[in-house]
Amino acid sequence: MSKIVSAAADFLYPFVMIFGFYIVLHGHLTPGGGFQGGAVIATGVALMFAAHRYRDIAPIFKKAIFNTCETVGLVLFIGLAFAGLFYGKSFMYNWLARIPGLFGEQVSYGVNPGSLDTGGIIPLLNIAVGLEVLGALSLVIYYLLTYVVQMGVNKHHGQ
Amino acid sequence: MDLAIQVLILSGLILTGLLVFYLQDLLHSAIAFAAFSFLMSVEFYILQAPDVAIAEAGIGAGLTTAILIKAVRSTTRREFDR
Repeated sequence: MSKIVSAAADFLYPFVMIFGFYIVLHGHLTPGGGFQGGAVIATGVALMFAAHRYRDIAPIFKKAIFNTCETVGLVLFIGLAFAGLFYGKSFMYNWLARIPGLFGEQVSYGVNPGSLDTGGIIPLLNIAVGLEVLGALSLVIYYLLTYVVQMGVNKHHGQ
Repeated sequence: MDLAIQVLILSGLILTGLLVFYLQDLLHSAIAFAAFSFLMSVEFYILQAPDVAIAEAGIGAGLTTAILIKAVRSTTRREFDR
């Protein structure tokens, strides 16, 4: 697209990504969560894909990155869910809650003070879902664009 | 005040929905769909569903618009005459 669109997309891209990761990490405290944050991150990737030419953007956003994100997210989610069985409890038991360390702080009653270090495995599940959604939605965009370029149907637009 | 905002947003939803249908230039139609999705997101936020509002703003206004613009650029821009 035009130089104005490319420059504006380059300027907006870090803010979109930081907002997406903020939504993923604060999923157990504020509205949003893994799916919404992953969708926002994938929107940033789609913005870069829409604003730049394919041969400029393809070496940066590789397919292997999105594939790795999707696989790691799925394996992390399944592993965290099955880890409850090893504690002698049920599937998806919150085995990290109330254990000091990673996300183990106990929540006080009443209004949530906004401590990020709570929730047990719920923040980790949010991160896993966020990785999965960011990988999957970015792969959708990637395959659409690769198909368009391979078919050569947009030769009128100088790509 | 609240009622006025609701009426404004809902009439804007109807207007942008009709624009999506009646505009002949498909790029304009995609932008009208983005405006429709943004108004829908604001309506969700006013109805106290910020979770759905974030999903609608991210997917409806962002991702779908990018996909539609890519599709319009790789096919014809004008709708065929009926």
